[in-house]
Amino acid sequence: MRIGPQYGATRRGLLRAGLGGALVAGAAPAEKSRVVIARDPALRAGAPDSGRVLKLLDHAMQSFWGGDSPMDAWKRAVRPGESVGLKVNCLSGKGAATSPVLVEAICERLQQAGIPQKDIVIWDRLNSDLESAGYRVASRTDRIRCIGNDAVGYGTELEIYGSAGSLLSNTLTRTCDAVINLPVLKDHGIAGVTLALKNLFGAIHNPNKYHTNAGDPYVADVNMFPPIRQKVRFTICDALTAQYEGGPSYMPQWSWPFNGLMVARDPVAMDYTGWQILERKRAEKGMKTLREMKREPVYIATAAGHGLGINDPQRIDVVEV
Amino acid sequence: MDRRVFLQALALPCLGAVESDARFTVEARFYDKLPYKKIKCKLCPRECAIDDRERGYCGVRENRGGTYYSLVHSRVCAAHVDPIEKKPLFHFLPGSMAFSVATAGCNVNCKMCQNWDISQSRPEQVTSTFISPQNLAGLAGRSQCPSIAYTYSEPVVACEYVLDSAEAGRAAGVKSVVISGGYVQEEPLKQLCRRVDAIKIDVKAFTDKFYKEIVNGDLKAVLNTLVAIRKSGVWNEVVYLVIPTLNDSDDEFRGLARWMNAELGPDVPLHFSQFHPDYLLKNLPVTPVPTLERAKAICDAEGLHYVYIGNVPGHPAESTWCPKCRRVVVERAGFTVRALHLDKGKCRFCHQAIPGIWEG
Repeated sequence: MRIGPQYGATRRGLLRAGLGGALVAGAAPAEKSRVVIARDPALRAGAPDSGRVLKLLDHAMQSFWGGDSPMDAWKRAVRPGESVGLKVNCLSGKGAATSPVLVEAICERLQQAGIPQKDIVIWDRLNSDLESAGYRVASRTDRIRCIGNDAVGYGTELEIYGSAGSLLSNTLTRTCDAVINLPVLKDHGIAGVTLALKNLFGAIHNPNKYHTNAGDPYVADVNMFPPIRQKVRFTICDALTAQYEGGPSYMPQWSWPFNGLMVARDPVAMDYTGWQILERKRAEKGMKTLREMKREPVYIATAAGHGLGINDPQRIDVVEV
Repeated sequence: MDRRVFLQALALPCLGAVESDARFTVEARFYDKLPYKKIKCKLCPRECAIDDRERGYCGVRENRGGTYYSLVHSRVCAAHVDPIEKKPLFHFLPGSMAFSVATAGCNVNCKMCQNWDISQSRPEQVTSTFISPQNLAGLAGRSQCPSIAYTYSEPVVACEYVLDSAEAGRAAGVKSVVISGGYVQEEPLKQLCRRVDAIKIDVKAFTDKFYKEIVNGDLKAVLNTLVAIRKSGVWNEVVYLVIPTLNDSDDEFRGLARWMNAELGPDVPLHFSQFHPDYLLKNLPVTPVPTLERAKAICDAEGLHYVYIGNVPGHPAESTWCPKCRRVVVERAGFTVRALHLDKGKCRFCHQAIPGIWEG
């Protein structure tokens, strides 16, 4: 099994990626991080055609992971025998949640890559959140599961890092060997943006405690919990429809069809890149910057300081395909 | 106390019954509606601005389509029959038992919280059972508890339940006491003061830095609460958990004593409690008893009349001493009252009035 490097194709990069949990703050890698943005202008983001979404996903995955075919790319990302969690973002319901059409496409490719249905679990905080976003809750263990933390529960031992102390979802700690993080490209009224890093608030029991100070340093601290660092393998950001203001609730007046998917292993590079996309849209619409709105996502820089990834634009390769 | 009632009360946390969410959901009081189905919570000074489908910092109040709901009305996650001294309230019906209940949630996040498993959880994450205000008052009465204590977590975030239960208790002849961090806005506090009989407030430290870094709260807001309670006439006691290196300086003890003396008067009891490592502060030791004695000595010297040492069973400073004749008027050992030398609230030896609520 080949795992593509997060920071580059060097042996050192590979070791860093594999030993993510052992990285120390300040030991920023010299390599660049890569973020692939794949877009299909004809997608019709509001009601996307499943075939086009699958094609876009293939394009994004192959562009990021390499290989001769999309399946080649998926086989670099996951391995048979692993239980793969899909951490969707459903709190805001339809319109501002991870698209079920995208998740369906991912499940199809996972199965073709050798992950049987019983080893795939779609999860978020609450069953009701999943349902409101258009998912059907399913707990049978011989099929693809789709289940909220409220039904599965949380561990009893606190994970502690910096200012954060939380119980972790049993789905993350007990069920999943690997997690594909599936946030949505959108604004957040308190934390500035909610992308790869903040989507992991859905893995803890007390996210309500960590929104003060625009989520800094809490978002970064939560992402330092070892089960999160070790299991979240990469991110596919649902940017079919993006939202530049009024989030995390769905606000159609501030949404636009970005018609894209973003793929990265480095969650910090993903967040930085997504943040800049939202800022550009805000500027285009004549809106103030998130800094001026006093909700700049400073936690992204804090996460970089923790060694979780790169937020220096000079060291992020944004590949648009 | 009837054994069945006692067992019933104690068994609540392990009943394992998961109740439907709707049963515990009532529209919240104290909030403003904002555009785009947002709301602003007006319960505590944090004033969370909350999007549709989101909750505030406390995790127990939720915006549903632009209407704000409490999710913890009658949703009791812990119930015990405790000595009132355990709250601690030392000048309130000494030697009596308090029917003590909690609901999930808290509006701060103290790193030393002893009850973090319920205070820092959302209601659906802990096992709870339905106890209506009327049933709560009835349970307290049948357990021979003259009071209900809203305690363990933060009652302010369940204020709708507390207000309704205090009213039901009053109708049934049962008093109510609130054990709180005091992080609450003026209007809900006023309503609490109208309905409850005593409030114990934790002053977690006497510096803004501690409140910011360890509590995620605001000292000034808590001091305002204390002044408001004092003005309301509701019986009030103050607890200060002394944590080695974080809030144990002479200046801090002196500052607190001077502020209390000036703003609340010398008769409000002040309890210095011993810290035990827990939650996010497991790296610090238990408070040495001499530190607690130093705190008491400083506050005594500043003129406070009733300064206690808590969590140190058998310490002489657990007892109430008459400030005039210096004799023990309420002798305590741990949570047990061993002797009561009071006649109608006055020292039996010198007839000095001892403030408090001594009879039901």
